[in-house]
Amino acid sequence: MNPKVLSLFSSQFPSILCLTRKEDIIPYSFDGTAALQNTPVAVVFPRSTQEVAGVVKFASEHLIPIVTRGSGTGLSGGSVPTPGCFVLCLSKINRILEVDDQNLCLLAEAGVITAAIAKAADDVGLFYPPDPGSMKISTIGGNVAENSGGLRGLKYGVTRDYVMGLEVVLASGEILFTGNKCVKDVAGYTLRDLFIGSEGTLGIITRVLIKLIPKPTARKTMLAIYDQVENAAETVSAIIAAKIIPCTLEFLDSVTINCVEDYAKVGLPREAAAILLIETDGNTSAVQEEASLMAKLATKHGAVSVQIAETAEQAANLATARRAAFSSLARVAPTTILEDATVPRSELVKMIRFIQQTSAKYHLKIGTFGHMGDGNLHPTFLTNERNHEEMKRVEVAMKEIFDYAVLLGGTITGEHGVGLAKKDFLNQALGELNISVMRKMKTAFDPLGILNPGKIFDLNP
Amino acid sequence: MSEKESLRSLDYSIVQQCMHCGMCLPTCPTYDATLLERNSPRGRISLMRAVADGNLEITKAFGEEMYFCLGCLACETACPAGVDYAHLFEVARAEVESAHVLDNPQRSLIRSLVLKALFTRPRLLRIVGRLLWFYQASGAQWLFRALHLNKLLPNRFQGLEAQTPAACVRFSHQLIKPVERPKITKYRVGVLTGCVQDVLFSSINRDTVETLIANNCEVHTPPVQPCCGSLHAHNGDIATAGQLARRLIDLFDVEKLDAILTNAAGCGSHLKTYGRLLADDPLYAERAALWSAKLKDIHEWLAEIGVRPPASTEVESQEVVTYHEACHLCHGQKITHQPREILRAIPGLKLVELPESTWCCGSAGIYNITQPEMAAQLQKRKLEKITSTGAKTVATANPGCHLQLQNGAQQAGHCFEIVHPITLLARAYRRESGKL
Ligand SMILES: Cc1cc2nc3c(=O)[nH]c(=O)nc-3n(C[C@H](O)[C@H](O)[C@H](O)COP(=O)(O)OP(=O)(O)OC[C@H]3O[C@@H](n4cnc5c(N)ncnc54)[C@H](O)[C@@H]3O)c2cc1C
Ligand code: SF4
Ligand code: SF4
Repeated sequence: MNPKVLSLFSSQFPSILCLTRKEDIIPYSFDGTAALQNTPVAVVFPRSTQEVAGVVKFASEHLIPIVTRGSGTGLSGGSVPTPGCFVLCLSKINRILEVDDQNLCLLAEAGVITAAIAKAADDVGLFYPPDPGSMKISTIGGNVAENSGGLRGLKYGVTRDYVMGLEVVLASGEILFTGNKCVKDVAGYTLRDLFIGSEGTLGIITRVLIKLIPKPTARKTMLAIYDQVENAAETVSAIIAAKIIPCTLEFLDSVTINCVEDYAKVGLPREAAAILLIETDGNTSAVQEEASLMAKLATKHGAVSVQIAETAEQAANLATARRAAFSSLARVAPTTILEDATVPRSELVKMIRFIQQTSAKYHLKIGTFGHMGDGNLHPTFLTNERNHEEMKRVEVAMKEIFDYAVLLGGTITGEHGVGLAKKDFLNQALGELNISVMRKMKTAFDPLGILNPGKIFDLNP
Repeated sequence: MSEKESLRSLDYSIVQQCMHCGMCLPTCPTYDATLLERNSPRGRISLMRAVADGNLEITKAFGEEMYFCLGCLACETACPAGVDYAHLFEVARAEVESAHVLDNPQRSLIRSLVLKALFTRPRLLRIVGRLLWFYQASGAQWLFRALHLNKLLPNRFQGLEAQTPAACVRFSHQLIKPVERPKITKYRVGVLTGCVQDVLFSSINRDTVETLIANNCEVHTPPVQPCCGSLHAHNGDIATAGQLARRLIDLFDVEKLDAILTNAAGCGSHLKTYGRLLADDPLYAERAALWSAKLKDIHEWLAEIGVRPPASTEVESQEVVTYHEACHLCHGQKITHQPREILRAIPGLKLVELPESTWCCGSAGIYNITQPEMAAQLQKRKLEKITSTGAKTVATANPGCHLQLQNGAQQAGHCFEIVHPITLLARAYRRESGKL
């Protein structure tokens, strides 16, 4: 880039921190995705919506690509810099502006950490359900841009279900507010929905109006162990057929169970084929009733053991294995690739079996855990990005897994987004028409193509 | 690290183990303060990796970043991938030193005085300690401050004069015999007296020996012990760290002792790595590995053998105590419940949890000398949390934290007592035997 542009930027925006030194920007050359890296030209830290708008206007005048970044925990390369770009980091725009317990909502700036939102809600007896595994550091802006999920998807839905309104800086530098505090609103297109999951390609989210719900008063946790994956899946079907919607239905496969035992030693049987962590919440009497019914169903469908927690401490103990799953896998090999293929619940067993076969076929270590209630699996590849021969096999195996998920009526990504990592698989998953409509949308919002270019799909096929 | 490592020669899987997930960011005090990736564990590791990959030279900015890191290891506790940050950090700092990118006359002078002269010579350190005590006891300190002579000191030392610690009247060897025996011997242990601990807190060493005796341990305490070298290893002087390790190992009958004990968290964290440090030394590798296996923190050891709870006496009044976790105990050695167990075993003691108990207090070795601003911020934050508990006694198990909290409390006019958990235990044993 012309160095004059950088000095022009600094003179126009003296109050905006702008990093350009190698030691300052190398740390922004990646996000949470394995093996993707590129250094930006500069990293800028606006502190208000107006400053964001200023940066975007400047970028459009000088045709500089803008890659928006929250905390850089994304798992599809969404905030990995594109060549010649400015990274626009929102971590310093991070105030909670309002908690409205009349209308059950909260207004936050985009850089607020997800956990801080959950806490602010909890402090007034309310509940913000989306709980991505990264919530201690991910930003709400990033969550909206990825439409992130979490463990509670089956019962409570995902980030989209809690967005009432958005303030967005458009590619032109104009500031749009879409949505309001009303539960009902059908005035025109629901523009806010377009920005949810748009991965920084349509606009820059600067504020989020978030829906909150009353906090459930009770919770019950149980752990069921199986010697066959099928039995675990049947239990899940039976629970849902019994008209119970648990808030958590987490699954670990045998590879994950053994990794957990290697690292955290929680005392799971190593020969187990699957475990299910089940949690129900709501009012005390319903929770009690549901828990004992679910325990019966688990036993009926072949669980070799079922434990119900009586105290909060026991509940935390039962959840240890699930909590340790990712850490236990991530330690095994230098490179951890966490995928999120998702299928309709009824097809879960087929998908799990297929992942196991693929892992054997290509001699790869893949541990699978995930959200059994919503069909969202996390096949986790334990590999080494410097072993090129093995990485080739990983790519082939991954493609086969995605293809199979699509064949079963599922999707290549349930919650991590497309970014750079899944771009090559999108066409086949969605078909040409879907993509061409998306391209038209992209061009309508961002005619110059400066917002996170090259992510999700390319403009020119 | 071993004595010969550099970022480029390091087994690459150690740098590569970081999957840049960011889970460590919210636990890192420097990232919390600036919200800049460069000041985060993930950012620092990415810079180290850039060096290992040949994409970045060891520059001044790189060096400064490695010294802005507290070395508190909170990132290690948070990391799902088990990144060995302590190892990376030591290698990186050592490389910064050998590249001389931070050299300036003042820094070199301080480093050679502190690392080379003072903290390799236990006797010299004691003489300095004696002078310090004399300076304080004689009223010279009062005079110095009254005449504002500290204005003559270079800027960054002005604040430090106020922090000059109170030295002890007597050193460890004057308080502890080389071998002390309980009535019934179940275990034989060695005790490390440390350097700062020896000069400033020798009574904690005495307390350590007494609690061990009360728990049927025969205690071996060599009278003149060198510094363990943690200060050197954490500040990029691996060669000196290696020499000190050898000298210290030579003082103990490693094979025959059941355990070798330290009561200083920062030392313990480093002492446990002697095995790795001396792995390339054919003469010492084996003993060093055995040393590492037997090296225990005092709380860890007492919990392991089952600490004997002091008998309750009538004079006890309720004492409300809160516990600040030294980074190198909770993050460096993952020792969290043992000190609490010990405190709870003390009759009449009520333990209240300290919010953010594992957040660094800013002492971090000599960090409060090298990065006074950040250190002061952390000190203030810690004191606020302590005040919020209402406790008048703060237990902590590291001389650095002890001083940092004591100075902070003094400057802010708080009147908490800062004590080592083992001192509280020793007092309870003394009460029990009627000696107090
Ligand atoms: C350990 C771990 C566990 C995870 N668990 C989950 C999980 O359970 N569920 C889940 O869904 N995801 C999970 N993730 C993925 C990731 O945390 C989420 O995608 C998260 O929402 C990203 O937030 P971020 O602030 O880090 O965004 P970034 O990674 O910085 O950005 C993500 C994308 O959003 C865009 N973006 C960010 N902020 C804005 C904004 N304000 N306006 C417009 N675009 C923006 C970026 O350009 C990029 O395309 C996990 C990641 C890790 C590392
Ligand atoms: S050691 Fe402490 S200051 Fe250094 S990177 Fe880790 S958490 Fe941050
Ligand atoms: S938590 Fe561990 S793996 Fe994740 S970024 Fe920090 S050091 Fe790297």
